[in-house]
Amino acid sequence: MNIIPEITRQSITNLINNNERADGRAVDEYRDIVIETNLVSKAEGSARVKLGNTQIIVGAKPQIGEPFPDTPNVGVLMTNSEMLPIADPKFEPGPPSESSVELARVVDRCVRESEMVDLEKLCIEEGKKVWMIFIDLHIIDYDGNLFDAAMFAVMAALMNTKLPIAEYKNDEIIIDEDATMDLPLKDKATMSTFVKIGDKMILDPSLDEESILDARLSIGITESGNICAMQKGGDGPLSKEDILSAVKTTYSKKDELLKYLK
Amino acid sequence: MIHVEDKKFVVPGEILAEDDYYPGRGTFKEGDMICSSLMGLVSLRNNKISVIPLKSKYIPKKGDVVIGEIEDIRFSMWGVNINSPYSGILPASEVFGREKKELSRVFKIGDVLFLRVVDVDEVKKVKLGLKGRGMGKFKNGILVDITPTKVPRLIGKKGSMINMIKDKTRCKIVVGQNGLVWVKGDVDMEQITKNVINLIEAEAHTSGLTNRIRDKLFLLIDGELPKDREESHESKFGENNSKNHLNNDPDFDNSFEANEEELEKPKLENFKGIF
Amino acid sequence: MIFIITNDIVSNKEREDGRKLDEIRPLKIEAGILKRADGSAYLEVGGNKILAAVYGPRESYIRRLLRPDTGVIRCRYNMAPFSVDDRKRPGPDRRSIEISKITAEAIRPSLLLERFPRSMVDIFIEIIEAEGGTRCAGITAASVALADAGIPMKDMVVGCAAGKVDGEIVLDLSEKEDKEGQADVPVAIMPRTGEITLLQSDGNLTEDEFDKALCLAIEGCKQISEVQKEALKNRYEA
Repeated sequence: MNIIPEITRQSITNLINNNERADGRAVDEYRDIVIETNLVSKAEGSARVKLGNTQIIVGAKPQIGEPFPDTPNVGVLMTNSEMLPIADPKFEPGPPSESSVELARVVDRCVRESEMVDLEKLCIEEGKKVWMIFIDLHIIDYDGNLFDAAMFAVMAALMNTKLPIAEYKNDEIIIDEDATMDLPLKDKATMSTFVKIGDKMILDPSLDEESILDARLSIGITESGNICAMQKGGDGPLSKEDILSAVKTTYSKKDELLKYLK
Repeated sequence: MIHVEDKKFVVPGEILAEDDYYPGRGTFKEGDMICSSLMGLVSLRNNKISVIPLKSKYIPKKGDVVIGEIEDIRFSMWGVNINSPYSGILPASEVFGREKKELSRVFKIGDVLFLRVVDVDEVKKVKLGLKGRGMGKFKNGILVDITPTKVPRLIGKKGSMINMIKDKTRCKIVVGQNGLVWVKGDVDMEQITKNVINLIEAEAHTSGLTNRIRDKLFLLIDGELPKDREESHESKFGENNSKNHLNNDPDFDNSFEANEEELEKPKLENFKGIF
Repeated sequence: MIFIITNDIVSNKEREDGRKLDEIRPLKIEAGILKRADGSAYLEVGGNKILAAVYGPRESYIRRLLRPDTGVIRCRYNMAPFSVDDRKRPGPDRRSIEISKITAEAIRPSLLLERFPRSMVDIFIEIIEAEGGTRCAGITAASVALADAGIPMKDMVVGCAAGKVDGEIVLDLSEKEDKEGQADVPVAIMPRTGEITLLQSDGNLTEDEFDKALCLAIEGCKQISEVQKEALKNRYEA
């Protein structure tokens, strides 16, 4: 966490108390969102998302592996995140930090619980071979709100992921590299993150706003309209009203966000 | 022999001149050749050739005025982040004299101060002080950071740029040589000032900037361009060394100095009853 | 040092991807693409996509690296898990550790860090997509990021490989050529003086072939050096 100058804390808080923000946004307004897909040709699915100055690259790579014994007929999703030291002066090279693991797990939960990926269609041969989809988040520029940017990037990458056609014959896998299929998707999801500053809930926090947050709340929502993941962060508490108002805003922003994922 | 023109963009390693020239800042000599060591713009003054960097880190020098943030409180000094590879210390004695006081009652972590660099020693320990007009802790306002090499451009010739911004926005502005700028005024005007300062930073290397900034200010504040668009005197990026201005130019002082009422100076008498 | 490429060094034969023997892949460099880093660069050459970022000079918080007479650098070369055909496990492996080391050594001679004693400059190279020649491209990108950060330097550093494919000495090997070829010679130079700051050789070459490969790599570096300069210039004059 950054130490933030006291006067900056005060000026941000004062603005927010008047429902204003330093960058001129409304309290429930996103920064500019730019999504670019298929930029890494070696990844079967990829996307780069810019949310204001925050930038994330996501790559999705399928591999053939064995299913878990208790779920022999479904594929496997693995989400991993690296907060690269290029993204922030405080990010260090080395094993993933707590925040990095939290980010990966929250995004993973949103993908998994939304049941957006039809995992049964990732089964090649029950009990023997399934597709495992590795989703790698590469955080390259950190200017606040990694959660929503990451979810956008993952969603955009998955929507553009192509799987080779694999067949299981006589204990062998035959892969047709030329014929591909889209990753089977049943739904979409987006995430909306709020921070509580004073008694206001602010959508899509900038880095400065995140630095002075009392509490953070991320809400994952599916296109079909279910809340599929939530995560509260930060040392401060939230009231029931805070949470319900954030949920309301999340629902009202859903369609606007989904437009970026065409 | 000269290979470049004044104000030309150069990158590190470019050959600038040979023989009859003297190497200035941002250059080095190799045999008979003078080469650029930085990405920046060439500055030719008589036979002296320099390169004014487009970006740099602040390296503290004795006598500079800087804006710093308290980041540590130790036994008899504060640790101050001055936006530099070298952090500063503010000894308690600079504030209290010989009296013993509890440091955290005066300045707390996160407080932002206007300070003077009192000394930089061989191991790059940067000693800071508060002696001088306008030195002390800022109350309210916002901070804007720019690359330190663009401080002279923000100030302009004889303060032309900064005074124009102050006049139009009615904001109080204090510029630290370390690239931190403190702005205080009406909340909307603070944000306009911040945007204009960021614009100056982004376009510091272009010409005609003072007029463009003037137009921008009028557009943002009045919604229309100024009626009397006189040609104002344009200063060149890199021409002014802010330190020289600070010391030699009487018109310049108020660009660095805050109005005293805005600064909370440690009032020693208030602390006497504490212990 | 002046090298003259005469026509007998390379013939007019074409390569599998249609390039001439002494032709580099399409190259694009952009400076200053990241907000938070002090300096940054994005580079594409062939199928390679590389990001480089620089932080510093900053306070050296690693005491064992601190030097009282000069600034020091730290360099990390890292590949994204999705940058290669088979997903790479995140984190450093022996290859990336070696490349980090030789990259630091290729760049260090160019830096003038005496003005920043006790400080540290961090150079981070991220391979977003790899298609042969990432170490040279990483060095080229890192040098642009360093200049963009305002770090004083004697010269830029620029990297390019030459090698032997199908018995011919060729410039800037693609991934396929690197795999199928007989030798790969990555080189980095400081273009003003021609001093060589990186040299590796992997594969079999005769003395004469090595000479040709080295000359060709240096010639490639000089071409790339012009693109480096343009990238920095475009940041301010676009």
